Parts: sequence; structure tokens; C-alpha cells
Amino acid sequence: MQIIKDKAIIDDTFTPLADDAPLASGDISVSLARWKNDRETLLAHADKVGVRLQAGDSVSDLADDLKRIDLIELNFAEFADGRLFSQAWLLRGRYHYQGEIRAAGHYLTDQTFYLSRVGVNAFQPAKPDHLNTILANLSDFSVKYQPSIQ
Amino acid sequence: MRLTSNYKPSMYQYNEQDQTLVEERAAQYRRQTEDFLKGELSEDQFRALRLRNGLYIQTHAPMLRIAVPYGLLSSRQLRKLAHIAREYDKGYCHFTTRQNVQFNWPELERVPDILDELASVQMHSIQTSGNCMRNTTSDHLAGVAADEIEDPRPYCEIIRQWTTLHPEFDYLPRKFKIAVSGARHDRAATQLHDIGVHLVKNEAGETGFRILVGGGLGRTPIIGQVIRPFLEKKHLLSYLEAILRIYNLFGRRDNKYKARIKILVKETGLEKFTEMVEAEWRQIKNGMELSDERIAAIKAHFAPPAYDQDAAHDQSLSAHLAADPAFATWYKYNTAEHRVPGYRAAFISLKAPDSPPGDMTDMQLDAVADLADRYTFGEIRSTHRQNLILADAKQADLFPLWQALCTLKLATPNIGTVTDIICCPGLDFCSLANAGSIGVAKEINEALDDMDYVHDIGDVKINMSGCMNGCAHQSVGHIGILGVDKKGAEWYQITLGGSSENEAAIGERLGPAVARDEVTQAITTILEVYVNQRQQEESFLDMVKRVGITPFKERVYADH
Ligand code: HEM
Ligand code: SF4
Repeated sequence: MQIIKDKAIIDDTFTPLADDAPLASGDISVSLARWKNDRETLLAHADKVGVRLQAGDSVSDLADDLKRIDLIELNFAEFADGRLFSQAWLLRGRYHYQGEIRAAGHYLTDQTFYLSRVGVNAFQPAKPDHLNTILANLSDFSVKYQPSIQ
Repeated sequence: MRLTSNYKPSMYQYNEQDQTLVEERAAQYRRQTEDFLKGELSEDQFRALRLRNGLYIQTHAPMLRIAVPYGLLSSRQLRKLAHIAREYDKGYCHFTTRQNVQFNWPELERVPDILDELASVQMHSIQTSGNCMRNTTSDHLAGVAADEIEDPRPYCEIIRQWTTLHPEFDYLPRKFKIAVSGARHDRAATQLHDIGVHLVKNEAGETGFRILVGGGLGRTPIIGQVIRPFLEKKHLLSYLEAILRIYNLFGRRDNKYKARIKILVKETGLEKFTEMVEAEWRQIKNGMELSDERIAAIKAHFAPPAYDQDAAHDQSLSAHLAADPAFATWYKYNTAEHRVPGYRAAFISLKAPDSPPGDMTDMQLDAVADLADRYTFGEIRSTHRQNLILADAKQADLFPLWQALCTLKLATPNIGTVTDIICCPGLDFCSLANAGSIGVAKEINEALDDMDYVHDIGDVKINMSGCMNGCAHQSVGHIGILGVDKKGAEWYQITLGGSSENEAAIGERLGPAVARDEVTQAITTILEVYVNQRQQEESFLDMVKRVGITPFKERVYADH
């Protein structure tokens, strides 16, 4: 599948693993619950590891491991749940997370400009034809009143 | 007569960046509307986007709410509103309790054009509804009030910019409102906002902010509590950010009736909530300070206009007051003290007995714009009691101003009296209403057509909402009237003793709701009890405090 990362369309290398799926090789992403349960194994994984967060999860649970996590996926169950905007900000602003932060799920393409300003640098589109919409929406505004965080 | 083009009102003037932002926002919304009409956005998705541009869909048509930042309008902007009322609506608009303007009949397809029109005069409808940070409101006498510690408007503008398109806080659990007051007497209802900001002096004589949190009206009215007694000015935005981040992360999202910050504060407890905010704040405050230069640059926009130093030497005012009792009455009720000698703030009453509270026609809007240019510095303000003010009227100009307002039906001498009713649109326009409110306001007006009696009653604030949502702040009215539904019929719950000012209080229920055909009688009875039982100069509110609701209750329900 294709996604947007750093304003470019690229192929997604991550395979999402369900909580009960066997560990696979290659780049994988897991839920926060699985990360907590299988932490040692996952830290030893040869390829990249990502963690998928829901709005109600707390990023502070990952604080100690952030250097070892390549991707954090913010999974929107509902576009109106703005907690993930603050989670993204905390990841960059508080924990200085350097890896990929990716929006996924039911966010609106119209929210991507805001998301990009709180540290989200990758977007998984709900459908393929959103790729270009997102690229366009990312530059809806050329001005802003608040600092952005990268 | 002064030349209209030679002076500018002392209000914030957009720079290139501000202008670009409102234009880009209007363009974004035009695209969103097209996407919706093409079926690319669902009802639900478009709803969130249109609300953030002030567009509700209600009983008869969409309703568009336009931001009037902390109540300030230029004459040019007022003329634009007149134009919009004429071209896109049915020739009138409505001023709200949050100093904003609403149009009741715009077409969804034409709203993008309206937003372009607004952008051309430095206006917009950004974040006037939806679960986001709303228009910041303030004291309608800001900058001219005699009891002012410091002009709140520069801080309102700083907050306006910070809240506008804030990337992190646009999808909050619920709507979020900030009010700022710079005076000793709170005319901005800061205790009833999600955040209240109050300019205060500390013991060292420095000016800073007292920050209140968790106030709000609606279904569960709650009075805000002090979260920080003194905040240095430079930390204003970091402190707001800390509160908003805690609210955004921890505010309830499972039940929209429990989603306001007031519930989070209540359920967490003020002490714990304060700790959470302060802990967040300590981590962000360094590096987010407002510089003195920035504060000074914003303040420069609000520099006092060129007041006439000789204004107080005028002799004509006292002559007119002596000669014309009707003018003297208007002067007494509809003008307020100004800190510059020889000037008054002149209210424009939008509470004529025969028109819906807060409504204005396009013709009136244009005429008031002309009066503002002719007699003041071209600035008009909206108040949270749904009236307008020309804040800088020279005393010598008051008489001709009054005459002009009389012909426009904008001089009803009832500011601060019992017929200066705050009223929501109710059943006439609102799909959520249980009961009518405009009709009741009209009936109360008819019952109180004796102006001498109205003036004798003095300061009584009636606030009336058509349902629990409380758009007209009925819970803080001295007399509150709330429309309730009883088996499909319109009934009214009356409360007494509420206030939104320094002594903020939530009104107490008088008793069971009264029927539609009894409500006006109930109100006049309450007023009679007051007139008969008050002591000397005692105000209505003071009497309710002294005697409680019982004497009123006994009379109102006597025949039941
Ligand atoms: C005609 C269409 C209108 C609709 C559908 C509407 C809807 C609502 C709703 C649903 C709420 C409750 C929100 C809550 O409890 O959190 C509310 C609150 C409010 N409305 Fe309206 N409203 C309308 C008109 C007005 C008007 C004309 C005014 C001004 C006179 C107004 C001023 C307010 C205010 C100030 C509140 C907030 C009270 C608070 O602090 O909680 N509304 N409105
Ligand atoms: S108080 Fe109720 S009836 Fe009145 S405008 Fe608000 S939502 Fe509508």
C-alpha cells in the first residue's frame, strides 16, 4: 500500500500484526498492549517495529522505549477525537521522538494540515485517491499564528 | 462634520498575514462545500467542518454565526453586515450574547461567497461553533471604562490569534470559551466561561492575570474557580496551552453533556486539576513567553483615539438635558461614564418593544455605521446583553445622536432595565427549542409599557432561553425564564437571583413551571412583590438575597 511520508508518496513497508498473530519477519507494527506484553521479543526484532496507539492510550507508557521504536501510528477511531493531536504533540514536544508518526484510520483529509503541525509526518490514506488530496490539503494554509512542531 | 476617511477606529488592523489567513480559510471552506455537494464528504464529516465556519443547520434554514472579536466592529464592517443582510438574507441580522452576529436565512451554497465578503473587511466566521475554541469575549466598555485596571483588548487580540486555527485544539471534547475583563466590575461574565481571564494588580503593584477555570452555563451551570491568583503577563499563552492540553487529553468524550471543562474540573477536583495544569505548564513555559515588544505592538493598535481636549467645555448638553425630559431619560439609562471628561459611552438599544431582542435591519446597520462615523471614531461595539455601543461619544453630540437614534427606533431608554431582555431565538428559529421566547419577550414588553414604572423598577435583568442549552444565560438572569416541554405544550421554569457579574450566582427555582398564558403574569407579579416589599434603594437582586424566594413564590402560585 502507498502512504504519504514527508510530503512524498512512498510504499509502506510495515505489516500490521494482530495481537494474536505470530511474529513475522520484516517491518511490523503492533498494538500498545502487545508491545507491553512482548516488549523483550519486539526489542530484539531484526527489522523495524512500530506501535499503534488509540486515542485513549498514553504515550508516556512508551517514554523509555521511544529510541527503539521506528513508527508510531495514531489510529483514529473517530475523526473528532482530538486527543491524538495532543499525543502527537507530546511525542515530539515532550519526548523528542524522532521516528515516524503516522495518522491512520478515520481522520479527515481536511485535518492533515493541523496534524502535520503537531508532528505527524506520515499519512495512511483511507482510500488510494486520497493520496493526492492529502498532498494538496497539507498546504491549505501558507500562514499560521502558532509555532508548529516537527 | 468630520471626514469619515481621515481616522481609523482604535481596533486591531489586519496585517498581510492575518488577511492571507482569512482568505485561505474562505477558499478552504469553498472547497469543502463543493466536496460536500459532490458527495465526497458525508453529512457527519461536513457538519464538523461547517460548524467550525459558523454554519448551523436548523429549523428553517442554515444559520451563519459571524465572529465579532471581543465585540469590536468598524463602521466599514457594519456596512458589510448590512450588505450581507440585504443580499444573502432577509434584510436583518441578530446580535448574540457572545457579541457575535447571526444570519438566519443564508443558503448553504452561498455561504462561501459570504465568507469572501467578510474577508474583504477583515472579518470571518472561524470557530464560531463546533467543539473548538470560540470567539474571545470582553467588556463592552474596554478602554473607556472608568474602573479599568488595564485595557483588556490587546490580550483579547493575542488570545484571538493564538486560538485561531490552533492545530492541536480544534477537536476538543466540547466547545471552549474564553472571556477577558480588565475592570474592577466584571462586565464580561468571566466567572461563567471555560476560562476567565481577569487583569489584576498584585501586592507589588504589577499588573497580571487572575485565571479562572471551569465556569459555564448550559445544562449544568457552574461558576468558575480561581486556578491561579496571579499570572505574569508574559506567561499568558503557555498557561492557556497547559489548561487546553489537559482538557483535550482528559476531558470526557463519552457523554456530550459531561464534556465541558467544568465537569472535568468538578470530577477531578480543583486541587488535583490545578496540579495537573501547573505540572504541564512548568514544562512548557520557558520559551513560550510573550515578549514586551509583542505586547507593545498589539497595544499600539488600541491606542486611544484623538479625543477632543475641550469636549467637557460644552454647555449644550446641560441645556438639552434641562429642556428635554425624554432626552434626559435616554441620557440617564442609555449612556455610561467615560474615563475622558466630556465623553460618554452611548448605548444603542436593540430592545425596542415591538422587535425581537438583538435584531437589526440592514437599514439600521447602515444608519448606525453613518452615526459612528459622524459622531465617534467610526467604531461600534456589541454587548453581551445584545445591544450596541458607540463608546466614544462627545457630550455635545449626544443630543443629535439621540434624535437620530429615535428616528431609527434605536433609542428605547431601557438599558439595564427589565425590558432589556436577553432572549434566544426559541421556537421561532431554533430546532432544539421547547418553547417560544421572542413572543414571550414581546408580551412582557407590552405588559410593561409604562416607562416610568420600568424606570422605577430599575436594574432587573431578565434572561430567557427556549431550552436547557441556555443560549440566553437564563440561569444567571436576575429573573431567568427557561422554556420546557410538557407533553408537547410550552411551559416556563422561572428562576430568581442569578447574576453574571462580580457577585456571580446561579438563580434559584421559583417553583413548578408555569404555562404559556401565565408566564407574563408571573413576571409582572414578581415585579410587584419587589416594588411593594423593597427597602429604600434596594435593588431587585439585593432584595432576593435578603428575603429569598418565598414571598415571590407565595404570590406567583397564590391562585393555584
Ligand atoms: C438558532 C439557533 C441556535 C442553536 C441551534 C443553538 C444551539 C445551542 C446549543 C446546542 C447550545 C448548548 C451547548 C452546550 O450546552 O454546551 C448552545 C449554547 C449557547 N448558545 Fe446557542 N443556539 C442557537 C442560537 C443562539 C443565539 C441566538 C445565541 C445568542 C443570543 C446563542 C448563544 C449561546 C450561548 C452563549 C451558549 C452557551 C451557554 C454556555 O456557556 O454553555 N445561541 N446553543
Ligand atoms: S436556548 Fe435552546 S431554544 Fe434557545 S437558541 Fe439555544 S438551543 Fe435554541
